Amino acid sequence: MALIEPDIRIEPMEGLPALPAISGIPETKEIEVINIPVLIIGGGPAGLSAGIELGKRGIPAILIDDKHRLGGKLVLQTHRFFGSSAAVYAGTRGIDIATKLEQEITRYHSVQIWLNSTGLGVFSDHRVGVLKDGNVYKLIKPQALLIAAGAREKSLAFMGNTLPGVIGAGAFQTLVNRDLVIPAKKLFIVGGGNVGLIAGYHALQAGIEVAGLVEALPECGGYKVHKDKLLRCGVPVYTSHTILSANGKEKVESVTIAEVNKNFQIIPGTNKSFACDCVLIAVGLESVNEFYLKAQQYQMNVFAAGDADEIAEASAAIYAGKIRGLEIANALNASREIIPGYWHEMSEILKSKAGQSDQGLLPELTDGVLPVLHCTQQIPCDPCSALCPKELIEIGDNDIRNIPVFLGNAYQCIRCKKCVAGCPGLAITLVDSRKDPDYPIVSIPFEFNIEVLREKELVTLLDTTGDFLGKLPISRVYAIPKMDKTLIVEVKAPKAWAAKIAGIQVQDPSITAPLNTDIENIENDTIICRCERVTAGQVRELIRSGHRDINQIKAITRAGMGACGGKTCTNLIYSLFKQEGIPLKDIVNHTLRPLFIEVPLSVFAGESTVKENEHSE
Amino acid sequence: MNEKQLRKSYDVILVGAGSIGTPLAFYLSKAGLRVLVIDQNASIGQGSNKKAIGGIRATHSDPAKIRLCMDSLKTFSTWKEEYGDDIEWYQGGYCFVAYHDIEEQKIKNLLRTQKNLGLNISWLDRKDLLEIVPDLNPVELRGGSFSPEDGSASPLLVAHAFYIHAIHQGAEFRFNETVTGLEIKNNRITGVTTNRGSYASEIVVNAAGAWAGQIAALAGIKLPVHPDAHEAAVTEPVAHFLDPMVVDIRMAPGSSNFYFYQHATGQFFFCITPEPKIWGFNTEETSNFLPQVAKRLVNVMPRLNQIRIRRTWRGLYPMTPDGFPIVGWCNEVQGFYLAAGMCGQGFMLGPGVGELVTRNILNQTTTEDESISNYISPYRTFSEQEMLQ
Repeated sequence: MALIEPDIRIEPMEGLPALPAISGIPETKEIEVINIPVLIIGGGPAGLSAGIELGKRGIPAILIDDKHRLGGKLVLQTHRFFGSSAAVYAGTRGIDIATKLEQEITRYHSVQIWLNSTGLGVFSDHRVGVLKDGNVYKLIKPQALLIAAGAREKSLAFMGNTLPGVIGAGAFQTLVNRDLVIPAKKLFIVGGGNVGLIAGYHALQAGIEVAGLVEALPECGGYKVHKDKLLRCGVPVYTSHTILSANGKEKVESVTIAEVNKNFQIIPGTNKSFACDCVLIAVGLESVNEFYLKAQQYQMNVFAAGDADEIAEASAAIYAGKIRGLEIANALNASREIIPGYWHEMSEILKSKAGQSDQGLLPELTDGVLPVLHCTQQIPCDPCSALCPKELIEIGDNDIRNIPVFLGNAYQCIRCKKCVAGCPGLAITLVDSRKDPDYPIVSIPFEFNIEVLREKELVTLLDTTGDFLGKLPISRVYAIPKMDKTLIVEVKAPKAWAAKIAGIQVQDPSITAPLNTDIENIENDTIICRCERVTAGQVRELIRSGHRDINQIKAITRAGMGACGGKTCTNLIYSLFKQEGIPLKDIVNHTLRPLFIEVPLSVFAGESTVKENEHSE
Repeated sequence: MNEKQLRKSYDVILVGAGSIGTPLAFYLSKAGLRVLVIDQNASIGQGSNKKAIGGIRATHSDPAKIRLCMDSLKTFSTWKEEYGDDIEWYQGGYCFVAYHDIEEQKIKNLLRTQKNLGLNISWLDRKDLLEIVPDLNPVELRGGSFSPEDGSASPLLVAHAFYIHAIHQGAEFRFNETVTGLEIKNNRITGVTTNRGSYASEIVVNAAGAWAGQIAALAGIKLPVHPDAHEAAVTEPVAHFLDPMVVDIRMAPGSSNFYFYQHATGQFFFCITPEPKIWGFNTEETSNFLPQVAKRLVNVMPRLNQIRIRRTWRGLYPMTPDGFPIVGWCNEVQGFYLAAGMCGQGFMLGPGVGELVTRNILNQTTTEDESISNYISPYRTFSEQEMLQ
């Protein structure tokens, strides 16, 4: 997987590329077959955690990952994680969790790590084809195979969805958080799950404007704290809205959205357009399951963990990986340990979706010091409780999904502000009324470049859901030692709304205002298969004429015949079937075949452009 | 209501909507017959048709296949003009290459027969061959045969074209339906039963490809058709640089011949013939194929070294003991027609066989048809071996 580097040139191509002529006859070599107890595909939270369990028990394993460093999508996560502080590093930023797991696994010598190495296919002879170091083909025959290859993003069909500037959340986070490239000036987000909400926050942190976010459901599927964080930054969230089109000639210039009813039908006359140069698609994930399905078909001893098994948070993947690691050790008779019951419990807790929300009572302010917990939704998260040195914040019933409660009184808090800086949802403020009960000092967590504040004499303060409270000058900005970069901003606020303050607006409202002019949609049918440029119209026509076998739709239109092998369009074709009212049981899926990515013929002939072991582990 | 009253009747029922059944349905319905095609899969061509790589040649070594494929070539090459559908036909020719004396002799021996049978094929020496296929490995290259009138098309699009036109002509297709019995009364076929119903017809054609033996067994007939497996692959598309299908008949560890060509889309397709043969119905991909074929490919055409492989699959060759198809009426059961055992050449034989079977069914058999009938008769001795399969 190529890293983005300065001076990389990407050029559009007319027609087909010419295959270069070569001189001489290539030398060919036999392909090595490696027998190993365990092969792990994927070095993200699940794969690493499983590898660590195997490593602890000295079980030989190879872990492959197609990226240049371990950690999977953790590497792209610059925010503090939810989850359990004791079990899965909650409160730590994702990228730092990656480093911790990486350091741990490299301590165990029985686990070989192959970076830049991609699984190409699972074959009926129980061998897995792996492109090692990007250029050497190896066949691995494991006794147990663990698929921890994560998830891929779902796509969405809308007009203009192939315009440059329409981008998946993963690609966006890779560019912004890993490669430190700013791919847009102004973003519009489609999808209110955690991925979309977090991507919006990351964009703001990178200095990218966010014009808004649409979510087709009446409420965002992501954690409320993530949504509130965005709202408090000044990003409007349009629930019960969908994207109609991305507009522009050569690239995205604007986006048009509309309101939908409870059947997700567009309500006429509710169109709004916003200027933006990037539309970020975050409409859900699906498991990378091609390895698992093939291995199952060929009756291999196969396991799956993390998103490759079930889409959930990275913290859940860490635990699932741990469990699978031990299960594999037991399955290979390399250990006879009973998997502790609390592992399973924790795994279930970490996987759980957001639960009930309550109204969130604001505390009565006195002349003392009180934290305000703007945390009103049941999610698996506990850093506030774990961080409080006085143990004044409790999460009841030993279940980290409960809503935290401040148990102390106004005179017990020692104002360490660890809870303020350490809450992953930035949902705790501290109100200090000791000096001036009418104008208490409010400490607010802040994760943006301090320069954003320096320019401003007054900052706009917003409540939990982003509603305007007032404008005030900043009295102090500082960082707490060992609290990993989060800043604390202090303002003196009138007692009447001091406890309501939950955040500082970083984005001017003019940025998110809709355009006055109507945007005309491009006369361009929506593309379903990007590899082969197949439109929704072509596929729909076949569905209407009675076709139910996706193999046949593929044969006629070429949808799914491209380089990606139907990883994007299959989903969209299913949604077209759904729109046409065809029951799932009538639809025949296309046949899954290796290779899962395209690879030059030379590697199968045993050649490598770089000598083997040149960049060995 | 009882089933008999509901039972529909047809002039002809075809078992199998593949390389043979689909064109046959087209020709029969075009002739005005009421046709039903039954297939166990969810749509046309899902057995072995879609596994074919698309090569079409008339340059065989026996009058029957030559004749049938010449008819097919006529259909493929004129389809777009005639019916408007793009089937990705490309007339790039076929080229059998020789690197040793043994292959040169083999190809030249065959050439004499082929020329006698009126085929446009000639021996090109090394220099002339390199002009037509400049990217061949020139080291020790002797030359090869070249037949410019052969070509290629998309099996998927061809099957679809025949299917759509057959439907317009009134043919019916029933998918996801397995034939469980052939109804025979007094040695005459009367209909077909499936897992979902029964249908009446006095003529039933067994076009079930690799599964034809199982269908014949339902009539108590032992049909010598047994599939063996071949793996194939397709690449990314690149700018056109290779015209003919290149066939290398050298033996190598694990394989006899192998062949490849550049399709109209710019993609390369290639396939290998395993040696010894891998018998059976298994179509699961193996890890051996790509390394095995890659070595041969980069040796014969070094330029392919950097082309990216997109997908690989494994399909079945419904083989007969002598490598020739079985096409003709069944003597034991009247009205039962056998069109099976295409030995991996069903796609290129399909239109020609479809026309022949249609003439047989309509009692319009020509003297030319009769002249080739012995070669493909179900009642031949199966003792001759095809010279080049």
